[in-house]
Amino acid sequence: MENIEDLSTEVVTNSDAPPAVTLQAKPKRPGWFSQHLGTAILFGFLGYILGHWFGNYISSDYSYVVSSGQNSIADLLALVGMVIGWLGGIGALNYPFAKILGRGAPAEVEYEGLSKYFRYNLDHKVVGLQYVVGVLLFLFTGGLLAMAIRTELLNPTTHAFSADTYIKIVSEHGTIMMMMATSIIIGPLANYFVPLMIGARRMAFPRIEAFSFWIFTAGFLVIVAALPYGGFPTGWTGYAPLQTQAGPGMIAYLFGFCVVGLGMMAAGFNIAATVINYRAPGMTWGRLPVFVWGALSTTALLMLATPVLFAACVFGLLDETVQTAFFVNEHGGSSFMWENLFWFFGHPEVYIMALPGFGIVGEIIPVFTRKPLFAYRIAAAGMMGVALLSFFVWQHHLFESGINPDMRPLFSLTTEMVSIPTGFIFLVGMGTLYKSKIRLEVPMMFCLAVYFNFLIGGVTGVFLADVPVNVTVHGGYFVLSHFHYTIMGGIVFAFMAGLYYWLPKMTGKMMNKKLGLWHFWTMFVFFNLTFFPMFIIGLLGQPRRTFTYAKNLQFLNEFSSVSAFLLGLSFFIFLANLMWSMFISPERAPANPWDSLGLEWQTAYPIPHYNFERIPVIMSDPYHYSEPGAPSLADFGDHDGVHSMSSSTSGDSPTT
Amino acid sequence: MTSESATKAAPRHLRRVTLIWFVSSVVADLLFWFLAGPHMPPGRMTSTAASNQSDFNILMVVALPVLLGVWEFILYALITWRSKRPGVPEPIGGPAAAGNQKVEVSWVAITATLVILLVAFGTVELIVNEGAGAGEGPNPIWQPAGVNQAEANALAGTGTWAPGGNDILVVQVIGQQWEWTYRYPTFGGFESQQLILPNNTTIAFNVTSLDVIHSFWAYQLEVKADANPQVNDVAFTKTRQLGNFVVRCSELCGIWHADMYDYGKVVSPAAFLHWVTTSEAKNAANTADLPAFAWTYVPDANGAAGGYYPDGNVTPYSRVEVYGSTQPGS
Repeated sequence: MENIEDLSTEVVTNSDAPPAVTLQAKPKRPGWFSQHLGTAILFGFLGYILGHWFGNYISSDYSYVVSSGQNSIADLLALVGMVIGWLGGIGALNYPFAKILGRGAPAEVEYEGLSKYFRYNLDHKVVGLQYVVGVLLFLFTGGLLAMAIRTELLNPTTHAFSADTYIKIVSEHGTIMMMMATSIIIGPLANYFVPLMIGARRMAFPRIEAFSFWIFTAGFLVIVAALPYGGFPTGWTGYAPLQTQAGPGMIAYLFGFCVVGLGMMAAGFNIAATVINYRAPGMTWGRLPVFVWGALSTTALLMLATPVLFAACVFGLLDETVQTAFFVNEHGGSSFMWENLFWFFGHPEVYIMALPGFGIVGEIIPVFTRKPLFAYRIAAAGMMGVALLSFFVWQHHLFESGINPDMRPLFSLTTEMVSIPTGFIFLVGMGTLYKSKIRLEVPMMFCLAVYFNFLIGGVTGVFLADVPVNVTVHGGYFVLSHFHYTIMGGIVFAFMAGLYYWLPKMTGKMMNKKLGLWHFWTMFVFFNLTFFPMFIIGLLGQPRRTFTYAKNLQFLNEFSSVSAFLLGLSFFIFLANLMWSMFISPERAPANPWDSLGLEWQTAYPIPHYNFERIPVIMSDPYHYSEPGAPSLADFGDHDGVHSMSSSTSGDSPTT
Repeated sequence: MTSESATKAAPRHLRRVTLIWFVSSVVADLLFWFLAGPHMPPGRMTSTAASNQSDFNILMVVALPVLLGVWEFILYALITWRSKRPGVPEPIGGPAAAGNQKVEVSWVAITATLVILLVAFGTVELIVNEGAGAGEGPNPIWQPAGVNQAEANALAGTGTWAPGGNDILVVQVIGQQWEWTYRYPTFGGFESQQLILPNNTTIAFNVTSLDVIHSFWAYQLEVKADANPQVNDVAFTKTRQLGNFVVRCSELCGIWHADMYDYGKVVSPAAFLHWVTTSEAKNAANTADLPAFAWTYVPDANGAAGGYYPDGNVTPYSRVEVYGSTQPGS
């Protein structure tokens, strides 16, 4: 409470710090029923019941799910009610409702201590840490489901699960992991570090940012609700006639993607607006940290590709509930339309996952090689190029589907062209390593592993882009291994690199290096031992999502399964490291443990509420390592001349 | 190390790593091409399988040097320039290390050339090889000569096929949850649960589905075509060797997706003729109960359990014809 008063006086005296929200100076002790995670759960539960009742009330006479006796409208409205209740309970709706009713914005209460992490908080640093927990929740849920899949595949004929349960596990695993991967870096790391890296006091739309996190968690609840709803059998792709045939679990899948899609769009708009408008004076496009370029290119995809998914899922929901026929061939719809819409989103989605990973790698490698980033412009151009090209490749998922067969050479060309800008990322890394001074800290090792894994993922992508070879490898374990190499081998490794690199800044505590090394080596080795055999399994003809398989593939499958269990174990080493280093035996992190030149490391710890006492004036890009006469990164306004300069440009106004 | 010795050593690094890369690439490519290449799946049972195998091998020969180049460079860098003590990289650092236009331009040029060559190669293989065994939709544009006539004859029930001739054999593949069935329109349109094909014959697979999307994957034949409801997805191949092959479904189609497989056979033309004529006779009673042969079928008013009747159209978008007397009473 004292802190709040301190902060408010500071805000008043510091003329160039207009507060992001109306900060009320009256400290308030949070009551039991002030809005927090608990009320969100309670309201979500009530919303579910209310929605279910309402659905039955309006439609129990005519709407039903085939052979289940359930009312699909009630099933959907229950989930809608749950999400609205969840958002209302956490407090996301206070501001919009007040505005709708013509009242002034309700006072934002700043909570202190641990409590603020369980609330609708508008500070991007709090949202970033909330996202860390959020994506780990997704990651571990999806990971446990992966363990279940590998358990089933230990033996071709003896079954751990029924065929029905198995396909639901596969579908849940795929969907949860895809949802997780959309936000795994953009959520925690971009939200936390983009403002710090561009010298901004806050995000452009703090409410939308907090909304994007809380609706992302609501998406988790919805997609997990698919299990008690009976699961869905379509995999994460949700292809249409099977989708129409499926039970109420499909509603949770479709609505889940709607909900997560809203979060993706919100996060995308917010980060894009922040990068474009909130850069500090002097933070020109040519000085933007490469991670910010990665985030910016990703937001372009989040904003432009996700609406297509949202629309497709709404069509699907209408088909499921009110018996429209968007995807029903017999009634004038088209199952091809789902395939087109889904992959029109689905392929940019793959780069939504990959691009921030490239950004992290480009950001971290210069720090641990003590060299400037090689070919900075090429790196930025590469990421923007990938983002652009990703909209022109979606039909490479449909080479054998019978859609537009004469267009296949074009989609083959665009797909292979993606490897040109992706190759830039490799040029940047290799050029930076050349004659450098490499320090093999844990984040650096994860970055090098990204290069190792992503190269395999990328090169096998070229095989898949070649139409004749695609006939051999499409729909089998080859493609499965390919995208696990890019998504897990690329982005999850990059996420780990980012966590090990930035957690000292986020929490003020170092991650334990010894446990970190154990985590890295087990994850790296067992990741490759799990997924490399799958290329061979695929070439030998095992289709994806199989419950039984050919006897001669048993050894390879067993090998892969055992490696997968050990890979799962490596994540528990990570979890142990996280617990140990953050809570059990925390070790105070130095202010700048990696000697990084990045602007985010130049702030104090704990980072002040508005990040910078004064908006810094950026004077160079942050990659002048080993350059004796290099210009200093930024002027933080510690002397009068610069202070007047920064106060002349208002902190929160656009700088371009 | 002094800056003098560093500048002396400077050009050696690139030359050394290039030499390592070149030697290892040649060795890896030769080993792959001669040892693994001939055994790469899916074998050489049909024209498409053989060409896809060599396609795969050529891509592999291009890919191995790329993989080795990046890995060896990174490994070399780790061994040569690793340091446990903080310090300044030597001999370059600062602006000289921030970019090199020659390197950047040549990197872009090399990757772009490689990519365009690969696409050109893949496209030629696709067209020359008549669709490379992939499903080409209802109106394939890359197809063997005479296929239109063969398909028209098959639909009209006037198709012919005889051993030793050059006739294209039209086979219909019907995916349904969870099995494949095959109809031979040239032989009265009887339906079989096993796919038997004659050797040295061009086959036109017409793939469709009765319910959800399946994908017909004849692994050793190297044919893959999605079975879409109310769509005729056509794929071609030419059989070259006798033997067994496995048919699988490669598109998730529900809980028994994995069990949707069976074994087919490529037999001699004479044996095929014997099998197909006896099967036609044996199945005559069943064939009479089947819907008339058509490229696609739609469920009747009673839904999937009630039976199917011919769609009569080859595109999914056009209006379904009125069937009159051919529609089963329901």
